[in-house]
Amino acid sequence: MAYNVQDIRAQFPILNQKIHGHPLVYLDNAATSQKPLVVINAISDYYLNYNANVHRGVHTLSQRATDGMESVREQVRAHINAKEAAEIIFTRGITDSINTIAFGLSSIVSKGQNVVITEMEHHSNIVPWQMLCERTGAELRYFPVNAHGELVVDQIDTIIDKDTAVVSFNHISNALGTINPVQLLLKKAQSVGAWTLVDGAQSGPHAMVDVQEWDVDFFTLSSHKMYGPTGLGILYGKRERLEALPPYQGGGEMIATVTMKESSYAGIPHKFEAGTPHIEGIIGFGAALTFVNELGIENIAAHESELLAYAVEQCSSIEGFRIIGDSLNKASVLSFVVDGTHSYDLGVLLDQQGVAIRTGQHCTQPIMDAFCVSGTARASFALYNTKEEIDLFKAALVKAVNMLK
Amino acid sequence: MSSIQEKQQVLIDDFDFLEEWMDKYSHIIEMGKSMATLSEDEKEEDLLVKGCQSKVWLKAEKNGDHVIFKADADAIIAKGIVAMLIDVFSDQPAKEVAQADLDFLDKMGLKDHLSPTRANGLMSMITQMKYYALVFAG
Repeated sequence: MAYNVQDIRAQFPILNQKIHGHPLVYLDNAATSQKPLVVINAISDYYLNYNANVHRGVHTLSQRATDGMESVREQVRAHINAKEAAEIIFTRGITDSINTIAFGLSSIVSKGQNVVITEMEHHSNIVPWQMLCERTGAELRYFPVNAHGELVVDQIDTIIDKDTAVVSFNHISNALGTINPVQLLLKKAQSVGAWTLVDGAQSGPHAMVDVQEWDVDFFTLSSHKMYGPTGLGILYGKRERLEALPPYQGGGEMIATVTMKESSYAGIPHKFEAGTPHIEGIIGFGAALTFVNELGIENIAAHESELLAYAVEQCSSIEGFRIIGDSLNKASVLSFVVDGTHSYDLGVLLDQQGVAIRTGQHCTQPIMDAFCVSGTARASFALYNTKEEIDLFKAALVKAVNMLK
Repeated sequence: MSSIQEKQQVLIDDFDFLEEWMDKYSHIIEMGKSMATLSEDEKEEDLLVKGCQSKVWLKAEKNGDHVIFKADADAIIAKGIVAMLIDVFSDQPAKEVAQADLDFLDKMGLKDHLSPTRANGLMSMITQMKYYALVFAG
């Protein structure tokens, strides 16, 4: 089936509007993607027809809501090729997923051991580990980044050593777009028996991941970056790893028995799902996954690569335009500065012309420091963007730069 | 010497004259570019205005009963906005600065136009200026 971007855009009514008198060009997809009608309709359908609390009621609506939610768990399992649906935990987001694991490892990681991350992590994959290290006395180490925005892995054997307890890193960088050598890092981490976590925030909408092929312990996704609702994350964990961890939060649904003295916990996945889950979010995410898989992630990735290459080609002629992170192995993120301008000013003037980009540090202060920039402007592409939009983006950027210089 | 009120009116009129927001921004940018800036030595950490997305340094000096403001910013739009405030407030009696009514920002439509985070930044600049003025007015 040919990739018809106009048909796809018809699924996203939000795109069809004007901002400050100009057609909206939405290029802030790495922050959050827009939602197709099938997702919006699935949420409406849930509230119109079968809203009820899950797992608890014997009545029909509760059963339908439970079935709806559990069928999405199975859908996610199939999507990342997990062994069993119980290994799929619904969380509040990637931040919540990583905190769940970092908290759970508090009594497993100890002083004398180390936790390894990279210099290009999102703050949500830095701070929970810093907190774990503070609690346990473990050392936090990281892989540095070279001038192209790629991980420097020459020192892999000294960074990951026999005392490495955890290795956690992103598959694709949100600030730079770099695709990291996941299997190289995982193999080394596994050879020393470390716990492994891959943050799939940016890879979810662009790449197929097979968690069994990677043999990774934990993998986490964000619904709202994959055309699904906000407030929902996916945490995959190997059964034996999840079972070895204590629950992160206590409350309803995560217990087996409760007395006034003590409680015993439910098995996975419920042990990690305290409280009423984000039911409509889960139902909506199921619709988003179906939508993405019908288009085919490979087709989406190919479309986005074409857009990225076109944007790079178009913008390179702008005087002072510098790409931050020009690895050859990149996904759909164009992070840049224009010498003599500030990214905030570019963001404001592009917005005035209808173009939505992200400016600033992208919650990745360490990598901004590594590149000696106070922040960047970032255009990030999704399955509904077009070359015509990149032309509008470029024209708006040229105008902004002329005003600022 | 025009009063704070008169200075505000000039800014409102200049802004009203420009219909398109892109032109209004050009005007702000030009004000930013023509503002006297701080030297690198003067850009001390404790002069940074808290709550701004970009870096804004604000310095105040007492000159008799007047207060003199100097500022700089790393982003030009922020610089233009602080330049407008300086235009209105600098070299005015400290007491009047501390008590000034700032309806010009509403009349210019600037406060509505800025995103909430940027509007907060603007309010932080004003609060900081008034705070200096209050101290000097003693």
